[in-house]
Amino acid sequence: MHSRIDIIFTLIILANLLLLSSSRLGTCINVAAIQGLLLAVLTLATRTDEPLIQTSILILSTIVLKSIVFPQLLQRAIRDSETRREMRPYVGYAQSIVVGMVVLALSLWLGSKLPLPNPTISPLALPVALFTILVGLFLIVSRRKAVSQVLGYLVMENGIYVFGVTMVHESTLFVELGVLLDVFVGVFIMGIMIFHISREFDHLDVDRLSTLKD
Amino acid sequence: MSIWLLVHPTLAFLAAPLLPGIINRTKAYFAGRDGQPLLQTYFDLAKLFRKGAVYSRTTTWLFRAGPILSLGAALMAVVLMPLGELPTVWSFQGDFILLVYLLAVGRFFTVMAALDTGSSFEGMGASREMQFSMLAEPVLLVGLAALARGTGCLTLSDIAANISWQAWSQYGEGLILIVVALMAVFLVENARIPIDDPNTHLELTMIHEVMVLDHGGPDLAYILYGSALKLWTLSVLLVNIMIPIHTDLLLLNVVVSLLGVLCWAVVVGVIESTMARLALIRIPQFLVGAGALSVLALILIKK
Amino acid sequence: MILVLLLMPILAGMVAFFIKSDKIRRGLLLTTAFLHLGLTTTFWSHRPGPLFDNWLSLDAPGLLFLSITSFLFGVAAVYGVGYLIREESTPGAHSDEGSFFPNTAESVFTGCLLIFLATMTLVPMSQHLGLLWVAIESTTLASAPLIYFHRHHQSLEATWKYLLICSVGIALALLGNFCIAVAASHNADQPTTSLLLSSLVTQAKHLEIPWLKAGFLCLLVGYGTKMGLAPLHTWLPDAHSESPSVVSALLSGALLNCAFLAILRAQQICLAAGLADFGRNLLIGFGLISMVCAAVFILEQADYKRMLAYSSVEHMGILSLGVGLGGGAVFGSMFHAINHSASKAMLFLVAGNLLTVFKSKSVNDVRGALRVVPVSAALWVVGLFAITGFPPFGTFLSEFIILKGALAEGRYGVAVIYLATLAVIFAGMSSIMLKMAQSNTAPVLGSAHGVQRESFWSIAPPAVLGMVVLLLGVHLPTAIDQVLHEAAMTVGGSS
Repeated sequence: MHSRIDIIFTLIILANLLLLSSSRLGTCINVAAIQGLLLAVLTLATRTDEPLIQTSILILSTIVLKSIVFPQLLQRAIRDSETRREMRPYVGYAQSIVVGMVVLALSLWLGSKLPLPNPTISPLALPVALFTILVGLFLIVSRRKAVSQVLGYLVMENGIYVFGVTMVHESTLFVELGVLLDVFVGVFIMGIMIFHISREFDHLDVDRLSTLKD
Repeated sequence: MSIWLLVHPTLAFLAAPLLPGIINRTKAYFAGRDGQPLLQTYFDLAKLFRKGAVYSRTTTWLFRAGPILSLGAALMAVVLMPLGELPTVWSFQGDFILLVYLLAVGRFFTVMAALDTGSSFEGMGASREMQFSMLAEPVLLVGLAALARGTGCLTLSDIAANISWQAWSQYGEGLILIVVALMAVFLVENARIPIDDPNTHLELTMIHEVMVLDHGGPDLAYILYGSALKLWTLSVLLVNIMIPIHTDLLLLNVVVSLLGVLCWAVVVGVIESTMARLALIRIPQFLVGAGALSVLALILIKK
Repeated sequence: MILVLLLMPILAGMVAFFIKSDKIRRGLLLTTAFLHLGLTTTFWSHRPGPLFDNWLSLDAPGLLFLSITSFLFGVAAVYGVGYLIREESTPGAHSDEGSFFPNTAESVFTGCLLIFLATMTLVPMSQHLGLLWVAIESTTLASAPLIYFHRHHQSLEATWKYLLICSVGIALALLGNFCIAVAASHNADQPTTSLLLSSLVTQAKHLEIPWLKAGFLCLLVGYGTKMGLAPLHTWLPDAHSESPSVVSALLSGALLNCAFLAILRAQQICLAAGLADFGRNLLIGFGLISMVCAAVFILEQADYKRMLAYSSVEHMGILSLGVGLGGGAVFGSMFHAINHSASKAMLFLVAGNLLTVFKSKSVNDVRGALRVVPVSAALWVVGLFAITGFPPFGTFLSEFIILKGALAEGRYGVAVIYLATLAVIFAGMSSIMLKMAQSNTAPVLGSAHGVQRESFWSIAPPAVLGMVVLLLGVHLPTAIDQVLHEAAMTVGGSS
């Protein structure tokens, strides 16, 4: 039982590493989509004690949003703005992986510090969730393109989802759907903003949005 | 029992030059050529041993000692490495660390010999070799450590004996990561595509070959033989993990493992034929990625 | 009743998207705003009961912040109608860009404004941490299009930063919610745990401490980002200076309070769990950092709307500091929330008037405002005294209560920093704002026009707000006093 779930966790970690190391935005988006799919599988594997309808609604909406709608939106954004690659990120790809490993070690250490609420949870759950959140944050601060930042936000959201789905068993469907809806609208508005940025500025480099400062 | 001790070293010393032949034939097949004879490396070695060597006046004893010392290191590495359940002549706690260092020592002397010539091309090759192996070495070390952690053993022969199908079902995801990471190390250590092209003669893109341009005659033969042995050692390491066969018949195990090594050579040929050489600046990223995988394996495997 | 209050703006917002006629839409905006305000006022005499298993209910802090929001929205709606009329006649002409730009369609603007009101109504009512999160995230989403009303480069940049930084911050708050849920699930006797505030508070003794601490930290950082506590405030000056003045007033006066309320909820749980000092020290730390940081940026600020935005950072710092100090200071903090909202909204609205006349946000371009727009400029000066805490105004009273609290707690270091920062900010703001109002240098545009006629729509709302701050300083009605005390008690204030 554990080892099956651990395989999912391993794949999530690998997806994070791929996100850190790839310069092609298209690939990154696809990897994030696969990560969304992994989350759905994870939900299926961990939420066995809850009503089937509730779980299946959650899984369905996760799949539809995280691995179909968001990737489509972002793919569209990079197609319209003709940004294929993340050029010159603040932190290079090899260095990003090294940072990723440090972050992984950090999350393992943190994960060992906090007591798990119940012993049936895989000891990997907390570190993987933290790792994914931190990778998302790192992507946001280390990349220049607006699309990459949205991607980072999504990855971070995925990490929080991992945390929620593995650690918190009693959360209500209503709230979970509300969260998903908020994320959806958020990404949707960000998508519109990306469209406006590419039209107004002819580029998606967020570091060049720098007229406002003190 | 003692006769078994000598089986693997003997096999390795005899059959190692076969591997480059197999790889080359596979590549030739993919390219639609007939290619060299399978035994071409043997012919080359025989030819080179009959020749004399020419030494530049700027070189010192280091240049002459380099090939012999690196061959010596490779020979010792072969002796350390078990083939499946075959016992090794020499085995002690933590010998996998020595394996890593033997590879490093061999490389060190090759590099010193290259630098000793004073040629700028060789210096360039030496610098690249050191840069990439600096990144590859930790990958190998961490990968082996992960194996040691998974099996709970500290000698190479115990590790090889303890990896079984059961181990694969217990921590298979970790083993896959290790195999992938070690494959990357294999490609770097043996100067294979996509890291380096053993056939290239364009100095600007060469790494390994450029360092041995000034060697000739027996010295070159030592180097060729040494790299064949290295190829063999690392292939055996990978095969030990990928084909953990432990039946009651020792002979069957050995034969299967040997076949595995030969098949692995074919696989390498396929990899080389289907992949393009990486740009030099992308190689560190490739290796760091491999490193990440081995660290991940170390984390995931727990016993 | 709660449901009516919630659904009315949503429906009105939806409808506003589809109304073609400007007049009807503006009428709808005003009607909804005043109905909302009227309903909220009735809650003061008759508090509505809880709804949906206590998920929605109005406690004292909720009522306080709901009333601030509702009142500000009412005033802002009046100003907003005038603003929309003005924008219609003279669209575009943005000073810094030197080019014309289109505005967002008015129907979208009005619709988003109303939905923004609905989300801000939901925040003070939510008694469930998950629902609270959803509400706060939706305030971000509803307000983003408002900031991008003027479609030019700077506002686009500001919107992007606002959206991204706040979304990321609020995502952290979600993590905090989960942490608290984990902390609650440790309790073996009570396996059914929910994130309802009331049940968390009653069971607080059983919460797992490390997880609760982690959760509080995440919530503080997450909602603190939204509230504009330094060093997480970086989006705030951009968003508040680039959005239309009506929206700035709402963002500063109402939205920041919503995030503050969320932090209060977290502190409430901490208090009940016996972690009062942990939460308090963090709040004091963030509060002081915000004040000092704001003081540094206010000095020599070249853009007057940015100056106001930094002043918001400062006042959020004061609020957080007051709650952190505990005791009597908490009451001061609650009182200060009202005063700050009213005076800051007033200043932003007046700033909007100045911007329309002088067509520049740069301090150097606005000179001698008293001669060009006498009423607005007079309000500007009144606002200066209100925001910096001059004696007759309510801000003076609340800031003084917080200072008293600091001294009573024996935190003399904090008190010294607090006073020094207030003094520096007073000096910084008054030198900038008085120069704008009085200076003799001929104004770039104004001199040619002579004294401008100022419309009722643009004068009355800030005047009302200023009056409120003044009256609160002179006399605090018992009803308000009672609710303030009640609210302060929930987060550890002494009566």
